[in-house]
Amino acid sequence: MSTRRQPSGGHIDRSKVLDFTWDGKPLQGYAGDSLASALLANGEQVLGRSFKYHRPRGVMSAGVEESGALVTVGTGARCDANVRATTQELYQGLVAQGQNAWPSVRFDFGALNGLLSRFLSAGFYYKTFMGVPPLEWGSGTGMWMRYEKIIRRAAGMGEASRAPDPDHYEHAHGYCDLLVVGSGPAGRAAARAAAQAGLDVVLVEQDSVSGGNSLSQPGAAAGLADEITALEHAGVRSMTRTIAFGLYDHGTAGLLERVTDHLADPPTWLPRQRFWTLRAAHTVLATGAIERHLAFGNNDRPGVMTVAAARTYLNRFAVLPGERIVVATNNDSAYPAAAELANAGASVRLLDARTTIPDQLRNSLASAEVDLHLGLAPLQARGASGVNALALAKADGAKWRAASSMSCDLVLVSAGWSPVVNLLSHRGVQPVWDAANACFLPDSSDEPITMAGSAAGVWHTSDCVLSGTAAGIRAAHALGKSVTQTQAPAAGGWQAPIRALYEIKVPGRKLKSFVDLQHDVTSEDVRLAQREGYVSVEHLKRYTTLGMAIDQGKMGNVIGLALMAEALGKEIPEVGTTTFRPPYIPVSIGALRGRSVDQHFRPLRRTALHRWNLAHGATMTMAGLWHRPWYFAREGETLANAYEREAATVRRTVGLCDVTSLGKIAIQGPDATELLNRVYSNPFAKLAVGKTRYGIMLRDDGIVMDDGTTWRLSETEYFMTTTTAHAANVMAFLEELLQTRWPDLKVHVTSVSEQWTGVAVAGPKSRSVLEACVQDPAVVSNDNLPFMGVTESILKDDIPCRIARISFSGELAFEVYVPADFGPAAMDLLWSIAKGLDGCLYGLEAMGALRIEKGHVTGAELDGRVTIEDAGLGRMASNKKSYIGSALRKRPDLARANRPKLVGIFPRDRREIFNAGALLCAADQLEGLGEGWISSVTHSPELGHWIGLGFISGGQESWQNKAVVAADPIRKGNTAVEIVSPHMVDPDGERMHG
Amino acid sequence: MIRIPCPFCGTRDHSEFSYGGDATVIYPPLDAAAADWIEAVFQRDNIDGVQFESWQHLHGCRMWIIVERDTCTHEILSVRPADDAIARALTITSAHPGGPA
Repeated sequence: MSTRRQPSGGHIDRSKVLDFTWDGKPLQGYAGDSLASALLANGEQVLGRSFKYHRPRGVMSAGVEESGALVTVGTGARCDANVRATTQELYQGLVAQGQNAWPSVRFDFGALNGLLSRFLSAGFYYKTFMGVPPLEWGSGTGMWMRYEKIIRRAAGMGEASRAPDPDHYEHAHGYCDLLVVGSGPAGRAAARAAAQAGLDVVLVEQDSVSGGNSLSQPGAAAGLADEITALEHAGVRSMTRTIAFGLYDHGTAGLLERVTDHLADPPTWLPRQRFWTLRAAHTVLATGAIERHLAFGNNDRPGVMTVAAARTYLNRFAVLPGERIVVATNNDSAYPAAAELANAGASVRLLDARTTIPDQLRNSLASAEVDLHLGLAPLQARGASGVNALALAKADGAKWRAASSMSCDLVLVSAGWSPVVNLLSHRGVQPVWDAANACFLPDSSDEPITMAGSAAGVWHTSDCVLSGTAAGIRAAHALGKSVTQTQAPAAGGWQAPIRALYEIKVPGRKLKSFVDLQHDVTSEDVRLAQREGYVSVEHLKRYTTLGMAIDQGKMGNVIGLALMAEALGKEIPEVGTTTFRPPYIPVSIGALRGRSVDQHFRPLRRTALHRWNLAHGATMTMAGLWHRPWYFAREGETLANAYEREAATVRRTVGLCDVTSLGKIAIQGPDATELLNRVYSNPFAKLAVGKTRYGIMLRDDGIVMDDGTTWRLSETEYFMTTTTAHAANVMAFLEELLQTRWPDLKVHVTSVSEQWTGVAVAGPKSRSVLEACVQDPAVVSNDNLPFMGVTESILKDDIPCRIARISFSGELAFEVYVPADFGPAAMDLLWSIAKGLDGCLYGLEAMGALRIEKGHVTGAELDGRVTIEDAGLGRMASNKKSYIGSALRKRPDLARANRPKLVGIFPRDRREIFNAGALLCAADQLEGLGEGWISSVTHSPELGHWIGLGFISGGQESWQNKAVVAADPIRKGNTAVEIVSPHMVDPDGERMHG
Repeated sequence: MIRIPCPFCGTRDHSEFSYGGDATVIYPPLDAAAADWIEAVFQRDNIDGVQFESWQHLHGCRMWIIVERDTCTHEILSVRPADDAIARALTITSAHPGGPA
């Protein structure tokens, strides 16, 4: 194939020369080139090596359907594999290289695989070489694994960079009346008609410039730019480099905008790509059609491409891709291209598989020197890494017989057109086979989607414009505009019918004819699949990998279906078609994630005390979305040193802890008490004003949902606290109950989690701290604020506060809530006193140690499987009233005596340690899931050894004097343990009542 | 992406909502027998076609709404507030834009 750049014409800018590198070789192209056109202009034809056989591959198309010229673009962290050279814009300094080849695509040792092709046919992975010595020797052994590794390495595509992605990506959202996909003649007509009717139109084009197929027609350049400008002036929002990769429910479209992939030096403030979610009331798909190739011998050689591709290279990029060209067609569409190529200076022979054509078609070649032959088709391309001749087949009725050959350097093929119905298929509308046009056409549907132009099987450009106009008006009509609808042209439009052709073969000739170039699927592979029983198209696809990978069968699928139909002696519609699913083109993971990366992956919630905590030496940890103090290390302290000191200090003097992340809900109204009495399993009807109660909420199914304290502030107002983890669920559940089940209750629930800052003041000296901080010390006396008492008061500096005497640590303790803005001031005040009393600040780790010592449960225990009895709190549940979950918590299996119940766990040898997550097993039965599990562990400063909370069948009583093992085979091994009461410190609670 | 016309906020992406469940379930009184609760909580139809379901506009007005949706096509046939009194109030307000007559 000898290619050359034309001296004039095309949509390229010859004044802007761009340097680029291909496989280390410096080359030049022009602004407006694609990487493929620039490589062709430089005479490069072997651009890749095939997946299995490492056959040389070159450019076969000029668009997204490309599966030959797959290259790696960029270097280092920006190295992008499997880029279609046909859709990559050229830029200054672009670095590209071939892939799946060593040492290079021109000379590749892997090509030896071609000699082993017998072993690499369809399903070779599944067959695993059984019955093929010597490969079967050692099957299932280490030796076999080594073969497998070698084979896997030999087959493949490009390699992705392993460095972190240096680029960022954006998610964007858009709305419009009408989305038009494709800016070819039909798309532009649709956009124009709709905009004139007053619709808000978005026109998206996957290419770098608008125009679609118009760019591939001769001499359309000047008028096209004016037309696009006029559209924009009419209000059409035009987006280039933007591809609609999927259509979803209710008019939602997924678009991928390539923002900087064409820039040599992308500015850091621009995202590499934008992932658009566009919501359109109506959609016009003017997505065009893709020219099909034909299965014949060596049809994958560089130098075999589609007619439409050659036309694009000539008219758009001013590259004449060959000098001695054979054009092989079975339809009318190749005729203008043949004439244009001849007029550009190539010697052109046109083979039409049809034996008769109308004079009008023959006359269309009159202005050019084209040598027309009827009844001929390509049988086998000759040449090692390119084409130097084409063996022909002559029509013999419906069959073919071998004929002479022609010398040539380029073979162009048009075996018909496949309308791009993929996006409609995403909506579940299966295409229907149209025998007259030998293609799948879009079926009618109730979707607010109109197909236009060649995507609807309309072949002539002038008809495509009419089709687009009709589609735009139809959309306007559907959206209530008063317009006069026009008739859309029917599918078709050729002067002579197409001669359906999918494969050329003659008896007695073994040919390597490719159906799907991407995965090296040959026509023999399709027949092999049929012989082996994989006759359903879905099985065919999976067995042969036909239609998979980057191109998703854009060119090969129909041939595969046709060959399967032939092998089965059926018609194509009886064989069916596989469903196209999003995305239409590969979408980078980076675009899917957008900004949701690192700390943006989840929103970070900080308490009002965040900076205060950090300023006082907190090391933070995540609790759900919240950032909470983990521990406050002093100089030289480790985590273990710090939390043990903090926990011991709380038991000895006093500690302060930020508990702001707890959920807080204001419950107000005359029926507030009734609501609480229905949702909590324990009685709430008689809770006095100024008192709080620990409550447990169940789900409808009787399992524990959440726990917390609820404070009665007045006859009609309560302040509910929930766990940090379940705050959102509890709020939504209360709203559901009030709006859907009990709308008669006069109650308002309001989330006030962010309105209040909460501090736990815990330890024997906690009352002293509060006495020094409140304006009237008497409010916190044992008489005025007894255990479980609540008061609303004022701290010094006029800080309003709510104080409850509740204890999570088991010590005398209070929770103090102040309006969030007062948080740091209140904390300053509390800490100034606590510090002087030899107190400390404590974090989540110490809080965990304190509550585990006391056997208090948290989310680790209340994991959605545990009943109130399992958690050892069954005696709290009321037997006198009914509440959410009261009926179903009594289901027989939930009342089973041997259910896992909450217990405390000590290591038998007190110097030993064990992990949360270990299984509890009877020592003589170390198997299966055991008898229970460990949910929380800590080193107890009070007891001086490791302790845990967990669940074991039947609870503590069932395991007295029995040997139990904490089985942890993968981490630290097994540990002998002792099952004890969960209340491991101060079981009678004397301290907190003090 | 389903788009749900919230009666309070207008049409929004379904990602703003959270799914409740079968809106035709009538929960028995709290003191009803376990059998009635088992029927309400566990015995759910998996409808192939149109069903009434509850959704909460969680990241919006936080109202619970009843959506009549075709589970096969995602077509939404009607939407109303779950709370009948609010639904009635909305009807009155929309009939008399200046407020209840």
